Amino acid sequence: MKKIIASAIALATVSVAALPATAATTLDTVKSRGVLVCGTNPGLAGFAMPDDKGNYTGLDVDVCRAIASAIFNDPTKVKFIPLNAKDRFTALQSGEVDVLARNTTWTQSRQSELGLMFTNVNYYDGQGFMVRKKLGVASALKLDGASICVQQGTTTELNLTDFFRKNNIKYSPVTFQDADQTVKAYDSGRCDAFTTDASGLAAERVKLVNPSEHIILPEIISKEPLGPAVRKGDDQWFDIVQWTGFAMLDAEEAGVTQANVDAMLKSDDPGIKRLLGTEGKFGQTMGLTNDWAYRIIKNVGNYGESFERNVGEGSPLKLARGLNQLWTKGGIQYAPPVR
Amino acid sequence: MAGGIVSQVSKSGSSDVSPAKPSLWYNPEIRGYVAQAVVAIVLAYLFYEAFHNARDNMLAHHMPTNFNFWNNIAGFDISQTLIYFNASTSTFGRAFFVGLLNTLLVAGLGIVFATILGFIVGIARLSSNWVVAKLALVYVELFRNVPLLLQLLFWYNAVLRPLPSPRQSLALPGGAFLNNRGLILPNPIFSANAIWLWLALALGIAVAYFYRRFARRRQAVTGEPGQVLLVSIAALVGFPVLGYFILGEPMHLTFPVLRGFNFVGGLQVYPEFISLLLGLTIYTATFIAEIVRGGITAVSKGQREAASALGFSHSQSLRLIVVPQAMRVIIPPLTNQFLNLTKNSTLAVAIAYPELAQVFMGTVLNQTGAAVQIVFVTMGVYLAISLITAMIMNVYNKRVALAER
Ligand SMILES: N[C@@H](CCC(=O)N[C@@H](CS)C(=O)NCC(=O)O)C(=O)O
Repeated sequence: MKKIIASAIALATVSVAALPATAATTLDTVKSRGVLVCGTNPGLAGFAMPDDKGNYTGLDVDVCRAIASAIFNDPTKVKFIPLNAKDRFTALQSGEVDVLARNTTWTQSRQSELGLMFTNVNYYDGQGFMVRKKLGVASALKLDGASICVQQGTTTELNLTDFFRKNNIKYSPVTFQDADQTVKAYDSGRCDAFTTDASGLAAERVKLVNPSEHIILPEIISKEPLGPAVRKGDDQWFDIVQWTGFAMLDAEEAGVTQANVDAMLKSDDPGIKRLLGTEGKFGQTMGLTNDWAYRIIKNVGNYGESFERNVGEGSPLKLARGLNQLWTKGGIQYAPPVR
Repeated sequence: MAGGIVSQVSKSGSSDVSPAKPSLWYNPEIRGYVAQAVVAIVLAYLFYEAFHNARDNMLAHHMPTNFNFWNNIAGFDISQTLIYFNASTSTFGRAFFVGLLNTLLVAGLGIVFATILGFIVGIARLSSNWVVAKLALVYVELFRNVPLLLQLLFWYNAVLRPLPSPRQSLALPGGAFLNNRGLILPNPIFSANAIWLWLALALGIAVAYFYRRFARRRQAVTGEPGQVLLVSIAALVGFPVLGYFILGEPMHLTFPVLRGFNFVGGLQVYPEFISLLLGLTIYTATFIAEIVRGGITAVSKGQREAASALGFSHSQSLRLIVVPQAMRVIIPPLTNQFLNLTKNSTLAVAIAYPELAQVFMGTVLNQTGAAVQIVFVTMGVYLAISLITAMIMNVYNKRVALAER
């Protein structure tokens, strides 16, 4: 009931507040506020996780730090708002956050019905299952009659239905609001299987009492392109968020790293010159300074660096680059050029 | 000038004294209506503005502003449903009804159990047996003072979830099993002519009711008490049992058997439901117990003394003299507890029981994005449930209220 009242009040504020959209652009609002407000996961290892001092790190967190770097040249000027799966879109729609970077799958209805725009894909993922080894189940197709723990308000919840329907097998969903409850319920034996994005499985696995007693089944049952989203209606803001992601990929492709970016300022390569703003006025066209991408690389690093640090070999998750490798190296991460 | 107004006011206040026709403006009744009309218009305007503003803002935020989602296919599954629900053919609207029925189920059962438990504990609080009275006191103080949410999490996480897995289920008498997937009961299967069984039960109820009326009347005339309890039980059990054999056993039980991951063929009562029902019952019963205790102490001692002077036994005096009078004090705050219990059932979101708030304000809201509409509908539903409960209780209250002559 308290929840209902809280939502009602939140909605009433949305309803009664004067139209902000016409008043100022998101960029102006962010600049005058002095910090970027970013909706993230409350705690998903590798993607967004606060340490004991409350500092967030992760692949999604880097998206926000990169945007803040482009605007303020300061990756710490971000306020993170932890959002669970169910509440995240309302938070973005109502203007509570400027950008949502929370392992959110880009789908048609989220874009056309919820009034959101996905800017790019910062992690190509797919949905998988985890089960206890001792069940002796080697394939998701053998889960007939199983209880499955799943988090509410996710594409996961819908894919699960599709998968079991398509294969004509039965299951019983146990649907929780928070990831923690979902994982705990699975761990305590309430469910035979736990399902979410494969990256999420790897991240949540470390929370289990005995991670080695569980296996991830081979089936990947869906496409989950995860990426940041903004509200519709502010094209300049869309550009900024989108090109922040692209700049990190372009930098990796061009071999520009956090370590060498200062030296690269002297590069003769016209592509690198445009990217780092030593040539052209590309930043200004988005309402930023021309060294916007330089600031991003200097403060946060390129995409590959962010990946390795947060979810790759340099992290406890040790996820392979896979689809998230650059297109030049066999993956599908591909960014349009700065020109 | 000022004096004129004062004299006019006093005139209008006592029109029978002054023959002069007072100005309408100073007529308190008319002024009352005008004031109310102004308030109503201002309110209507505020609502109109809020409505339009909300709509404009929602449109500006590209949020849906209508109820078109209601007939769209849901696409997600719900584990515990009282009506048929299929993810690939059922709509969001049907998901709403699934949630609503689950709310009504847990609230209805919760109200019944909490009332029974509350009355028992409330009476026990007043018991002359020291141990019974103190046990009741400890129960009330313990469960009244721990937040309900914690209690729900306790029942769910600490009591029901550590139960053994299906393969190691605890076997209960009667072919039932208990495990961390819930309570699995034998499932009654009715054949086509089972309708007669229900009719037999209805007949039993009718017989019991009319016998009670007859016995009361006869007692009033002859003083002979009659065997109401015995006859009622005989009628309620006898008719259906008789019908069962006459009709050639139109109902049989299928017993759960372990297959694959869990039992099949039984009636599964999920742990989410059990913990919510347990939590709501045990928590609300403490308040009801206190209300009952207060109601009973409010009945004057003389009544009880008079009863025993007339030769009533202790339980008779409680049942026939004290409780009926206590009811007048008990009903209004009891209604409050019923409403609280219903509203508290929304805490189910914490333990995955798919009631209205969990399904409709949870998954449906998230999948459709129609936040404003869904929150309003949900609030409207709880308001309606509360008003209907209060109405029923008011009718009952009128019946037990002191008939003033
Ligand atoms: N990508 C999916 C699922 C995203 C999701 O919410 N995943 C869960 C499971 S790993 C999660 O991150 N939960 C964290 C939380 O809510 O605390 C979506 O966009 O719907």
